[in-house]
Amino acid sequence: MGEHRHYSQTRTISRIARSAVGLILLGLIVLGSQPGYAIPAFARKYGLPCSACHIGWPILNTFGQQFRDNGYQLGNDRDSPIYQDASYWPITFRVTPNWHVESQSKVLIDQTNSERTITTTGFDLSGLDIWTAGTLYKNISFSVLPSMAEGDAFHFENAWVRFDNLFKTPWMNLKVGKFELDMLLSQKRFLTLSNVGGFWYNYQFLPPGDSNGFGGIGDNQLGVELSGHSKNSYARYSIALLSSVDGNPGLTSNGQGGTARNYDVFANVNEGFQVKGLGVQRVGLYGYVGQSPTYFLTSGGMPVQAQGAKSFSRVGAYGWWFFKDLDIETLYMHGQDNAFLGNGVPANDPAGLPAGAAGPSWNGGFVEAHYTVNPQLIFTGRYELVHMSRQANPTNPANLGNVDSFTIGYRWYPIMLSRAGLAFHNEYSQAKTGNTSILTMSDQTNRSVMIGFDFDY
Amino acid sequence: MKTISKWSIPILVFATALQPLLRAQEAKVGNLTGHAADGKKLYRRYCVGCHGTLGDGNGENAEWIDPKPRDFTVATFKCRSTPTGTLPTDQDLYNSIGRGFYNSNMPHWDALTDQNRIDLVAYIKTFSPRWKAEKPGDPIRVPTEPAVTTQSISHGAELFQKMECWKCHGQQGRGDGPSAPTLTDSKDQPIRPYNFSDATDDSRFKCGVTNSDLYRIFMTGVDGTPMPSFADVIQPNDAWDLVHFLRTLQPKRHSKENEIFHQKAGN
Repeated sequence: MGEHRHYSQTRTISRIARSAVGLILLGLIVLGSQPGYAIPAFARKYGLPCSACHIGWPILNTFGQQFRDNGYQLGNDRDSPIYQDASYWPITFRVTPNWHVESQSKVLIDQTNSERTITTTGFDLSGLDIWTAGTLYKNISFSVLPSMAEGDAFHFENAWVRFDNLFKTPWMNLKVGKFELDMLLSQKRFLTLSNVGGFWYNYQFLPPGDSNGFGGIGDNQLGVELSGHSKNSYARYSIALLSSVDGNPGLTSNGQGGTARNYDVFANVNEGFQVKGLGVQRVGLYGYVGQSPTYFLTSGGMPVQAQGAKSFSRVGAYGWWFFKDLDIETLYMHGQDNAFLGNGVPANDPAGLPAGAAGPSWNGGFVEAHYTVNPQLIFTGRYELVHMSRQANPTNPANLGNVDSFTIGYRWYPIMLSRAGLAFHNEYSQAKTGNTSILTMSDQTNRSVMIGFDFDY
Repeated sequence: MKTISKWSIPILVFATALQPLLRAQEAKVGNLTGHAADGKKLYRRYCVGCHGTLGDGNGENAEWIDPKPRDFTVATFKCRSTPTGTLPTDQDLYNSIGRGFYNSNMPHWDALTDQNRIDLVAYIKTFSPRWKAEKPGDPIRVPTEPAVTTQSISHGAELFQKMECWKCHGQQGRGDGPSAPTLTDSKDQPIRPYNFSDATDDSRFKCGVTNSDLYRIFMTGVDGTPMPSFADVIQPNDAWDLVHFLRTLQPKRHSKENEIFHQKAGN
């Protein structure tokens, strides 16, 4: 019993350490490669200002959503590139020079073996997106988004081709490649950019110590998607079959080498309806059911095939509510991982599971509001939480891994033309994570302040 | 600070005076009532890039667009249900915004709410004094379409020659008639006649899709372009015959007219 307790505590500390480091890295990674899904190349093609498609770029409005759903086509018989000036090249650059402050409480300092708050500050750069997207021909659209941050490896944020309006109906569209999951509330097109607030925790959450290779529904995935929508895109659906590789090319589900052999499924359905005088209200349901390996066969020490796949799921509902110039996004998510994933134990070693081990589960959600003063000024605020309902290891504190965060900010767009966009971005974000400090096993708080110029050409 | 004080009162007075004027300009379609003040915000978001802040069609993108954006200050509109030279109804403008314009930069704005579109109509009507001085014309009546027959198609073909439609649209309806290269619109911009021959099942006319829309185009004309109104020179039955013939100039489009035409031709 004593041995088991020691084993559990060691594992718990290890998990917490991984969790703390993971949270910091997650923020840095998300900020470093923040994909900016706003495309001045389309504005140049069609002569429309950013505000035609975006509530405040990069959030899509109903018209922008319809344009996207229709395969980047307006449907005025000028969508095919053959109708463009030969010099037209649909490419967009986005980068965000910024000044930011990062603060994290209760960081374990090696030199003193004590915890203290660490604050760093300075000028910085976001990652660079070089995005090209558009139509190859009428009803064949594409997107290629290479992305990189200073010092990081180049990667494809997305790369896909889509066959639109199959059988002459908007209800049948087929996309193949690496793409964003069809979440109407898109983490790729939202207003916050900081280390702490630049992602939705629900979309990326994993409990501390969980070995699930799935990075969350906020990650772009590799696979094939069938989708459809009504003519005005108020009613929409999508279902996708995805490789269980969290969007990593090379059939790499974890470690190195081609190891993957499992598939996941994601589905989403949403409906919009007009409320007189207020706008289009949208509600939807989504679910992701997948598998993740718990160990690998190796050859010469290299992983060659994923083994012991265990299941996980993310399901929930959302609403997007419009009250004229105020819109409010609401999301609920329930997540669950298998006990082997939750405890980081290979499936061929059931004895490695701690006594009373269970599949971790959690509930979360957020409320995010945007107030559009005019197309060139938008305020935003968000409160988000993720609370564990069941720990993988019953000896874990009940609130281990819980997240409570809020973000406020505004974006002012002094330049909003059909050629380019410039946003002056100001944001403050704060997140408290439950019991993640390594030494005192108490809550940690992360804070970000970010002031930057977000530009898109 | 002094500068702000100096100008703040006149600006405030001007803005206060303007608001009731905008509010006063309304548009109605069915149960919907559009308000210009609300439409102004939408116009700034969606329309200003092409149509310009003054509504004169000189937005920042106008230079690059062909055909040029509509100049709302002269209140001449292509797609109407009303006789040539008259103002369109609110319904006409509302339909145009939702339908968009084939082969132009004007998309179909049907993703906007019904209220958004009628608000935009109300605001568009503030750009020209004509909306204060005149009323829209009475919509023309579109009689019930007679059955398609070989006779109606043949008679339509005769009318196509007699009324010299071919001079602009070409004998095969390809938009390549002898006058085509010389045509200009009311702003002296080159304009191309409609090419019937390219049409497929999902093709549209500038002002609609159906046979009734085509009939209406004959009768109202397309104001601001060389396409005149034939309301005074053609009888309703003749106009329907012409509609039936024109559909045969769209060989790639599935239609009753083409079926009968090809049966007659034996292929």
